[in-house]
Amino acid sequence: MARHVVAAVGEIPPGGRKLVTLNGRDIGVFNLGGEYFALLNRCPHQGGALCQGTLTGLVTSTTPGEFTYARAGEMLKCPWHGWEYDIRTGQSWCDPEDTKVRLYPVTVEPGERLAKGPYVAETFTVSVEQAYIVVEV
Amino acid sequence: MQGVTPGGIDCDLHPALPGTAALLPYLDPYWREQITVRGIDGLDLASFPPKIPANGRADWRPQHGKPGADFDLLRRDALDGFGLRAAICNPLYGVQAVYNRHFATALATAMNDWMAAEWLDRDPRLRASVVIAPQDPAAAAAEIERRAADPRFVQVLLLAMGEAPLGRQQYWPIYEAAVRHRMPIGVHAGSTARHATTGNGWPSYYLEDYVAHAQAFQAQLLNLIHEGVFAKFPDLRVVLIESGFTWVPNFMWRANKTWRGVRAEVPWVDRPPADLIREHVRFTLQPADAPPDPADLARAIEQIGSDDVLLFSTDYPHWQFDGTDAFPAGFPAALRHKVAVDNPLATYPRLRETLS
Repeated sequence: MARHVVAAVGEIPPGGRKLVTLNGRDIGVFNLGGEYFALLNRCPHQGGALCQGTLTGLVTSTTPGEFTYARAGEMLKCPWHGWEYDIRTGQSWCDPEDTKVRLYPVTVEPGERLAKGPYVAETFTVSVEQAYIVVEV
Repeated sequence: MQGVTPGGIDCDLHPALPGTAALLPYLDPYWREQITVRGIDGLDLASFPPKIPANGRADWRPQHGKPGADFDLLRRDALDGFGLRAAICNPLYGVQAVYNRHFATALATAMNDWMAAEWLDRDPRLRASVVIAPQDPAAAAAEIERRAADPRFVQVLLLAMGEAPLGRQQYWPIYEAAVRHRMPIGVHAGSTARHATTGNGWPSYYLEDYVAHAQAFQAQLLNLIHEGVFAKFPDLRVVLIESGFTWVPNFMWRANKTWRGVRAEVPWVDRPPADLIREHVRFTLQPADAPPDPADLARAIEQIGSDDVLLFSTDYPHWQFDGTDAFPAGFPAALRHKVAVDNPLATYPRLRETLS
């Protein structure tokens, strides 16, 4: 596994995303209120570009007519067939046992360490004053 | 001719009401006079024209009167003929189609009194569905309450095509009463003609009406599931009677696929519709859709994905097959006993508890 610098902190706003290609893999990096998640941009259902889908909340209900709306913006809906995935776990809401989208480890690293370290910053120069989002692929 | 599974439980048998006059002893003086003075008769549903061949097998037809109206013939040809341990009577008469809800409610009560006195009292093997008038759901629930004291009433009878889709909240008092008394809801083929019998409008021919019934059953299942009836009443069982069942696999696939994409619209449907169907819905055997290759029938049953959902039925005196084997060609031998005995017993707790 190699570690890739994909963005400077601040480049992806909360609720935003950035699509990158790392080691030939298309990956979406999402910012959920300051926490970052990296998902393979391929729906495990039929291969749709999942990370280009709509972000929604999680809707559940305990009885007909009651709507419980939670976790705004934390579910990702595939643009092809509307399957919902939990960005935090990669699990499909309708088929959590068998269907899961690949998640990659994400860390935030100070530029000082990255400038010295063995990491790869493919698309931009790393400055020591900044913090960066690093995805391990 | 092969013999059927001895001790089979027939989940769809049709004693026929000879005519409205047969209900007079069971009606109060007001309705007795109304029926007599106004000459009210012939409330048979258009879905079941009494003289068409399918409505009465030739060797089961009485010399006079409607097929299914003669108790002795029913006992000889159905109860004894099939070696039945028990049979559930589903009387079809136009109660559900009458516009006057007060009259419909009175007719429903009379139908049940008639059923108890003229059929159930005459043979211990007979059970019945409670006829209700869904035009007045509160009165229908009260009728279920009234019949609950008689353990021979094991199910509540509705029609596949009524005034509104069956999942609608207006019908929930019926389901609440049914669950309270552990009666499944039996949804029988038939239309009250409130709406066209196909989604495209009125068909021209009886044949279309008959075949298109499968659409009506599908629409009712969709509505029951997505209005949240099974979420609201987790113990409710629905038996589709004369619906056929080889359409069920592709219907399940289509319902599941769409649910996955748009389920946020109905979040109380918290599992795939096919899972709800396997858990809550049962289908009677006859009329069995008949694939040209009998092997395809076994394949369709396998695709439904549950051995629990089919219930044995002869549909007596309707003409769905010849001879005394109600199982269609290609029906898996290993499933026969389960479908004929185990599944009916599991579906109808009131029947199970009263079998000697």
